[in-house]
Amino acid sequence: MTNIIASTALKARQLTEEEIHEIEHEKTHYPYAQAVGLEALKIVQKYQGWVSDESLLAVSEYLDIPPDDLEGVATFFNMIFRRPVGKNVILLCDSVACWMLGCDDLKAHITSTLGIDYGETTEDDMFTLIPVPCLGDCDKAPSMMVGRELYRNLTNEKIDQIIAGYKAKA
Amino acid sequence: MASITIDGKVFEVDVKNNLLQECLSHAMDLPYFCWHPSMGSVGSCRQCAVIEYANEEDEKGRLVMACMTEPREGARYSIAAASKFRAQAIESIMINHPHDCPVCEEGGECHLQDMTVMSGHTYRRYDGKKKTHNNQYLGPFINHEMNRCITCYRCVRYYKDYAGGTDFGPQASHDNTYFGRWQEGPLESEFSGNLVEVCPTGVFTDKPFSKHYSRKWDLQSSPSVCTGCSVGCNTNPGERYGTLRRIVNRFNDEVNGYFLCDKGRFGAEFVNSSERIPVNMMRDSHNAAPIQIEPDAAKEALKNAAKSAVGIGSPRASMEANFALRELVGEENFYAGIATEELDMLNKIIDIYQSKPVKIASVKDIESSDAVLILGEDLTNTAARLALGVRQSVKNLGRQMGADLNFPIWHDAAIRQLAMDKLSPLYILSPHTTRLDDIAHTTHISSAAHSAKIGMAIAHAIDSTAPDVAGLSKEEKALVNEIAESLKSAKQALIISGTSSLEPALLDAASNIATALQSGDDKANLALVSSESNSMGLALMMQGNAKSLEQAMSASSKTAIVLENDLYRRAPSADVDAFVNSLDNLLVLDHLKNRTGEQANLVLAAATFAESSGTFVNYEGRAQHYYSTFKSDSNIRSSALWLSDKHFNEITAACAVAIANCGAIAELTPGENYNFAGLKAPRQHHRYSGRTSMRANISVHEPKQEQDEDGVMVYSMEGVPAIKDAAVLNSPWAPGWNSNQSLFKFQEFAGGPLKQASNGQRLLSNNSAEKTWYEAGNSDDTSEGYKVFPLYHLFGSEELSAYTPAIQEKATSAYVSLSPEDAAKLGLQASDGVQVEHNGAVPFIVRESIQPGTVGVSVGLKGLNFQDMSAAVSLDKAADWKNPELWRAANIIVSDKRVEGAD
Ligand code: SF4
Ligand code: SF4
Ligand code: FES
Ligand code: FES
Repeated sequence: MTNIIASTALKARQLTEEEIHEIEHEKTHYPYAQAVGLEALKIVQKYQGWVSDESLLAVSEYLDIPPDDLEGVATFFNMIFRRPVGKNVILLCDSVACWMLGCDDLKAHITSTLGIDYGETTEDDMFTLIPVPCLGDCDKAPSMMVGRELYRNLTNEKIDQIIAGYKAKA
Repeated sequence: MASITIDGKVFEVDVKNNLLQECLSHAMDLPYFCWHPSMGSVGSCRQCAVIEYANEEDEKGRLVMACMTEPREGARYSIAAASKFRAQAIESIMINHPHDCPVCEEGGECHLQDMTVMSGHTYRRYDGKKKTHNNQYLGPFINHEMNRCITCYRCVRYYKDYAGGTDFGPQASHDNTYFGRWQEGPLESEFSGNLVEVCPTGVFTDKPFSKHYSRKWDLQSSPSVCTGCSVGCNTNPGERYGTLRRIVNRFNDEVNGYFLCDKGRFGAEFVNSSERIPVNMMRDSHNAAPIQIEPDAAKEALKNAAKSAVGIGSPRASMEANFALRELVGEENFYAGIATEELDMLNKIIDIYQSKPVKIASVKDIESSDAVLILGEDLTNTAARLALGVRQSVKNLGRQMGADLNFPIWHDAAIRQLAMDKLSPLYILSPHTTRLDDIAHTTHISSAAHSAKIGMAIAHAIDSTAPDVAGLSKEEKALVNEIAESLKSAKQALIISGTSSLEPALLDAASNIATALQSGDDKANLALVSSESNSMGLALMMQGNAKSLEQAMSASSKTAIVLENDLYRRAPSADVDAFVNSLDNLLVLDHLKNRTGEQANLVLAAATFAESSGTFVNYEGRAQHYYSTFKSDSNIRSSALWLSDKHFNEITAACAVAIANCGAIAELTPGENYNFAGLKAPRQHHRYSGRTSMRANISVHEPKQEQDEDGVMVYSMEGVPAIKDAAVLNSPWAPGWNSNQSLFKFQEFAGGPLKQASNGQRLLSNNSAEKTWYEAGNSDDTSEGYKVFPLYHLFGSEELSAYTPAIQEKATSAYVSLSPEDAAKLGLQASDGVQVEHNGAVPFIVRESIQPGTVGVSVGLKGLNFQDMSAAVSLDKAADWKNPELWRAANIIVSDKRVEGAD
């Protein structure tokens, strides 16, 4: 039958104790549980690396927010990942200052080094490359973030070192 | 009122409205997308920009959005000066648009096309790559083509904010903005079809229509009325090549406004069903094979039989058809064709409307109420449009909060932000959870009889002269006081009940509560829902007598004429069988094949609402006329014309004279002398194409134009279309405004009532201020077994719409609904079935809200006849059970937890 809803086949993932604990803590900051939607997605992403459909459903059930509302939030913010990402997410700034100082070349360099374009992940799941608009670091452009680390005044050489550093850590 | 200057001209405007609305009301063509008369303004599309000048000297002015502007006394504006901005605004929202008008179903009635032309943006400069989206499967009703979206957000504001849907929303941002479900699947809202009309472009289109698509200008249309339930929403059916292609909303200020339910929009294609009775059939005896007979011979046979026949009328046949039958068989031989229980309740409704100090509530009245009590009526399933009205009523608290802060009433986003989750009170008493629970303050689960008791107690708590009842729990007493207080302190309280639960005491209670609330000129709104499109008309025809179907069946006549009625839906099968077997001659007039018609000696092919004119009386006692949309072939006739030799208008006129309270039904049309400069109103658009060639495969000669029953409209493109007069409007159109948005050209002001059109005529009224009470009955039920209550389905319970493929896809086969306790007691596993006494076995679902010892039985769905149920039944686990093919548990959308038989 065509009318079997695809989503009925989906089952919510069981939230972990840590996730629940943190979500409960966030709840204390807001008058309505529904207001915690975005924070809960961030918490889930912190532990799972990304927000799967099963995770989204889990948050939806836990906070009693329709999954459609949560999906609206999750897709509006581009730092909520609705697809799996690599262990290290490279956020390369492509806004005005960085663009003037050559971020396009840096992007080309990363792409040729790692073999990934924007939105792609290396085969070993080490790196995902995503563009961001202005990291607020224009005076030290061009810049990028990897995970929570900010890197500034970038050159191709610096990027090689940074990548090598992450590879060494793995 | 204020006077303002627009482009040098002075206008008197209503300061309560926004500037856009006033510009439209004053016949100025100002483009817009996101504003909607029922949903107010959010200022998101930037299309209605105008220039506002600070003072007389100001030459530059500043850009403002007209829809977000309160007209100020003495202010000066210019529409012309902002035209370049508007053209640019539309150019930018059109960047990703695929320009696929020739293959788009919106084409020819597209607001985006109209506005693009109007704004002067005629040349596309963008030659970059366009963003493309994936489309979703949204169920049998709606197509999705996201690439055409211009991100006006109307769909979200309608689906979520207005209609309360939760399974749809906006996603992502900028170029990626997407409107759909988080996972593809059928839209759950019962009002999803309005997306087709709300979306200004071709993102959401009518899926069944697309299977036999025709451009708007090629459709023949007429003003019509929905046959789906007792609300009587106004519709515009469209026909091409002899088949009904689609239904769109027809605005009626007091009834449906801009919106229909999905049964109304998608449930009318029974007109094209392969189960239609196409020709007239006759047979000599019950067992003989029927043979086709010519229409005139069939009519002769009907007339001959009528001499000694009982006539059985119908709540889904027009006033004219019922009256013609009554005339044919004689008043003394005419019976209502519904069970005593229902007829008594309808008679009671008429009595309440006429003699109690209450205000009969239209949908518009419902929307403006600020405290609502629903007594035992599953509104979303029995009278859906009222449920959408109740959804608006609960927003009145927010509107009041806004008004207290001087927010303009149209400032939708501000009012929503202010109100957050604060809603006007809605209380529901029901034997199960309902689809309105999400906005209800309390849904109290109790049987219909017990709900009636609680209702009686509420009336007593409001006015101590009303009779009191005993036997309520402590919690219930507290609830009684809470509801009484809430209704008393409301500006406009509303009580809703109806006949669907077959519990007359609910009507008594509803009447008592509304009566108790009356003080001086302050009267409570009361809406009592009946079951079918003309239930109230049929009851009026009976003039208070009790001649029900049971009486007809025991009248010991040997001949019966049954008008548009499947008796097996009205009485237990065994009784109907016995009745039919006792007859020598059974004559049936109907549209579709059914169990009654199968046994008839003479079957007359009766025209549906789309092929005949008539009058229906809705739940409020509002008579509304529908004009036939197209002419069927000569074998099929309107029942009224089968049953009478009179001209159609004469039947209406005679009915108006003969039946008490019905005088106004003769005033519903402009009459057969209607003309404009000697010409009638056309049913076809002036751009109707193919007229001289569409029959060329049959004959190259154009046939004479078909004659119309009412004599008001013609089946032609010739004539004078109603330009401003909406009384006989085939469908709204105005120069430059090809879409349904052209409606404002026919309104007194944009969003207001139609100029000259009829909202129908209320047949019942009262001006009594005398409080009289119904006594509390002793309805404690002592029957043994599981107490049965009916479960209605918007999709499937109603007889005619159930023949429509799209509705069938949303329906399910018959089932019962049980409490978890009882399911455990019966030892039921998910894949089991339930044997319902000797009436057969059906699948089941478990609902937490259902009280142990009670069982909900679906009404009208295939597989179990609700009429065969006694008040209480025995249940068992069915032996050798396999779920039937039509069982679709996923189509049963309820809020309480359930387990279901395997799909
Ligand atoms: S889908 Fe239609 S109604 Fe919704 S935002 Fe797009 S154009 Fe507007
Ligand atoms: S509410 Fe009733 S009358 Fe109105 S569209 Fe739906 S079925 Fe038709
Ligand atoms: S433009 Fe790159 S950090 Fe601001
Ligand atoms: S109609 Fe005014 S901004 Fe959209």
